[in-house]
Amino acid sequence: MLCDECGRNEAVIHIVQAGPNGRTEHNLCEECASHYSDLILPYSGRNKDMSMNDFLKGVFSAEEPQKIEQEAPNDEPDALVCPNCGMSYEDFQHTGKIGCSVCYQTFRRELFPLLRRIHGASSHRGKIPHRSGSALERKQHIARLREELKRTIEQEEYERAAELRDEIRALELKEQEGGGADGTV
Amino acid sequence: MGLSDLIRESTLPWLSGAGEYGDVVLGSRIRLARNFQRIPFPGRADLNQLATTRLMVERILPGIAKTLGTSFIVADMEKLPKLSRSVLVEKQYISAKFTKNPQHRVAFVSNDERMSILVNEEDHLRIQCMAPGLALEDSYELASRFDDLVEEKLDIAFDEKMGYLTSCPTNLGTGLRASVILHLPGLVFTKNIQNIVNISPQLGLAIRPIYGDAKESFGNIFLLSNQLTLGFSEAELIANLKTAAKEIVSHERQARKALSLYMKERLEDEVYRSYGTLRYARLLSEREALSLLSKVRLGVDLRMMETPTAKDFGRMLVRMGDSYLRNLAENENLSKNEIERLRAQKVREILLEKAPRPQSEPIEDI
Repeated sequence: MLCDECGRNEAVIHIVQAGPNGRTEHNLCEECASHYSDLILPYSGRNKDMSMNDFLKGVFSAEEPQKIEQEAPNDEPDALVCPNCGMSYEDFQHTGKIGCSVCYQTFRRELFPLLRRIHGASSHRGKIPHRSGSALERKQHIARLREELKRTIEQEEYERAAELRDEIRALELKEQEGGGADGTV
Repeated sequence: MGLSDLIRESTLPWLSGAGEYGDVVLGSRIRLARNFQRIPFPGRADLNQLATTRLMVERILPGIAKTLGTSFIVADMEKLPKLSRSVLVEKQYISAKFTKNPQHRVAFVSNDERMSILVNEEDHLRIQCMAPGLALEDSYELASRFDDLVEEKLDIAFDEKMGYLTSCPTNLGTGLRASVILHLPGLVFTKNIQNIVNISPQLGLAIRPIYGDAKESFGNIFLLSNQLTLGFSEAELIANLKTAAKEIVSHERQARKALSLYMKERLEDEVYRSYGTLRYARLLSEREALSLLSKVRLGVDLRMMETPTAKDFGRMLVRMGDSYLRNLAENENLSKNEIERLRAQKVREILLEKAPRPQSEPIEDI
């Protein structure tokens, strides 16, 4: 069988396309088929570095517009631009890369579902920077103490509860004053 | 040690073959991605902003080096010739991406070569630590210590919920990529490697061959690393990778044992043939050399022969590299044939240093 396209070489590749108008068949020689390679194998080896990023680009842009429509039909998603670096959410969908630390605040709502898709989780459980995170460490500490306070009251351990109450008060006062600038907890 | 030594040497400390599980695990790497607040990430920053980042790091680095009791070799991408850059990529001190736009891209490699700090790669700061064998915790400790020292002086981009903010959302959270380099000839020859590849994603891990591509690899050397970075602590991520690596090591050892029991003669033949070819070949392609070297290493691990040692194996791996050889010849445009000749010569040199039976072999002139 000769190639449908050039009619000169032996057809070695047979493509069956199932479309709305039924099946169409193409019989192609190797040379003509190579023009179709993008269609068949969009990620075939030409660029080794791409894999994860390009895959992600697909993920971001394929599902996000839909998502935004559902969540906020009146918003214009294109108008969302980072005030610090000027990146728009659309840019991110194209490149798969975030522009700066402020972008994470700007696109926070759009990013969370995405993070769950990539990592299966959307809250950090690892290391916290000591200096800039000391306020956070304190916040987490207070939350833990509050939980304990609740438990002690339920169990009528009032002496311990009073201790905890004072401790929480002291920590909260410190937070209002220092704002975590002292670097220790 | 200076920059030129870093480029020229063929003995990489993290490929020395020492360390725990050294018969299978060639080395361990930890990478932490960190960024500074407000400055756009390198992919979006202009030259001024890139320079600012660089300056910020350069200013605090001497202090950090002093605290850590080390010194750093500076590899400024803009000043390095292209060939030197690709040698550093081959030795895995920097990434290929790092060399693409050299402006204000600087790598700082510690004197003991355990640490390599990349400024303005995909993130403002990439802290990488390497060690031979399975030694993820030690490397993490070192990387985390460096991170702490940076954080004392500079404001790191961090979010309560999302953790360390990174240029690519796939690194968000801990910014940690932990990986081990595995030599798995047993699992490849017994055709069990595909099972490992299939099961890795379920464990949140990825495994890929270091040489060749997904379709066809050679050299039997693989990189296993964590895929997820958010929602788990650093210790959990490392423990998970370590457990998986140990599991793979035990499978690999079993496979090797099975090979040496049931196919002893075939295996011995393959190992000695490979040794013979490496020893006498005059032209070696990277592909052929790596395949042969893997078999010889297997033979050494199974105590069929004593040399080349694990350390020599590491040295040969480095000397196989196209860029390493081009740099050695001080000729960027070495032909394929010339490279193959030089590769064969360099491999032969190492094998001749400690030939197993020198008295019974003919003396050759090189």
